[in-house]
Amino acid sequence: MSSSAAQRAFWLRAFSLAQRIGSIALLIAIWQLAAESLHSRMLPSASAVFIELARLCADGTLPFNLGITLARVTAAFLVAMTVGTAIGIVMGRSRTLDVLFDSWLVLLLNLPALVIIVLAYVWFGLTEAAAIGAVAVNKIPAVAVTLREGARALDRNYSQMAQSFHVGRWRTLRHVILPQLYPYLFAAARSGLALVWKIVLIVELLGRSNGVGFEIQLYFQQFDVTGILAYTIAFVAVIQLIEWVLFQPLERRAGRWRP
Amino acid sequence: MAPVTPALLAEIREKRYARARGAASHEALAGLSLRIAAGELVALVGPSGCGKTTFLNIVAGLDRDYVGEVRLAPRPDGRPARVGYVFQEPRLLPWRTVYENIALVLPPDRADAVVKDMLTAVGLPGAQDLYPPQLSVGMSRRVAIARAFAIEPDLLLMDEPFVSLDHDTVEQLRELLLTLWRARPTTVLFVTHDLREALVLADRLVLLSAPPAHVVGEVEVSLARSQRHSGPEIELLRDEVLRHHRELIGSAATSAPK
Repeated sequence: MSSSAAQRAFWLRAFSLAQRIGSIALLIAIWQLAAESLHSRMLPSASAVFIELARLCADGTLPFNLGITLARVTAAFLVAMTVGTAIGIVMGRSRTLDVLFDSWLVLLLNLPALVIIVLAYVWFGLTEAAAIGAVAVNKIPAVAVTLREGARALDRNYSQMAQSFHVGRWRTLRHVILPQLYPYLFAAARSGLALVWKIVLIVELLGRSNGVGFEIQLYFQQFDVTGILAYTIAFVAVIQLIEWVLFQPLERRAGRWRP
Repeated sequence: MAPVTPALLAEIREKRYARARGAASHEALAGLSLRIAAGELVALVGPSGCGKTTFLNIVAGLDRDYVGEVRLAPRPDGRPARVGYVFQEPRLLPWRTVYENIALVLPPDRADAVVKDMLTAVGLPGAQDLYPPQLSVGMSRRVAIARAFAIEPDLLLMDEPFVSLDHDTVEQLRELLLTLWRARPTTVLFVTHDLREALVLADRLVLLSAPPAHVVGEVEVSLARSQRHSGPEIELLRDEVLRHHRELIGSAATSAPK
């Protein structure tokens, strides 16, 4: 790339970042104005929320609860991705198993998250495992459906190459199969994270005694909108951060061979 | 001389492809028998779509759904023969570098030296960090050939590896193949529908019929390889073969010089 082209790309990126920041600043400004003109306890001003956010960070309750929730999100996410990927690949490769389990998958896809959570707590008690399991079960069918598409699209030519050169099972999986599934894995991971963190809050609200969902329930009982919004902002920011520092760099790395 | 165990002995009595819903199955190979001596370069010539690729896939062990027998002579140390395969398309993994593509088929402890050695041998010493989409078609074929030779194959299968390339590239790749083969002698089964190409490269031609394919004739090429470059000798040989095997005329017409 020539230096002028590099410069142009840099300014384009800077400009799009400035647009984004401007858009968020506008939202905060509208919020602040609306709150000041309404003077209601139900809509605290942006400045009040940020002050509350700072206080909750300083006394340690927000980092603690956020950490607990993120740990649950991570556990449920990893379980859902691993199990869903395995099921998806198997169903994509075997017609018999696909026919056998397809209706189960459809049933699970249509099962409301709340039903799964309540049943998990009823059957397995108000435990950590039940909570994480319930979240994972909510996400597994969607991951399986996405990865099944990927497994169906695998190129036989590459598998034949690996087989004729006696590339072992593990190396074939790592170098031949998985790279073909990366686009599907990323699609499943993206939508997976978005769904999982929302369901984790409900699981916490219904049957856990800590975490962001539990805190929001406490604030709800006191009609404390300031606290609810402070937690919301912190959580949304952390999830977006994961997208920026984890997903996007990983995706760029996986796609670096594309011309 | 005592009879030498052939490097490859194949007797395919029958190979059928099932068709969807009750339609009669398609018979691809019937009574195809082939015997190749160690170190021989044999060209399998037949019309397009006659089942040559099917046969190679059976020999490579990719297709086990046939009636018959394939025997490969074991290596001198008693282990099973290694088979290298150059497919019709290069089949390089686009998401792995040239280096990683070749290293994939090698034991990790020897990979580094062999990959560098092979890339130099095919004239691409600087290409190891490129991804296949960055390579020209000719370079991709070179890498595919390097990968096949890298495993020190006892049998090298080549499935029309130079098809749909321009004339100069094909010339260079044929020359490269012969150079590599002289430096790293191995048994080669080279499939082509191009009679001229077969006559330039092979010790022996095995001619196949239209499907269901079987062997209809053999031609020993006694002319030294150094004599085969100039057009007239090859044309004479070709006319000679076509006089005896009129059924090849159809396929030979498709390979007229461009």
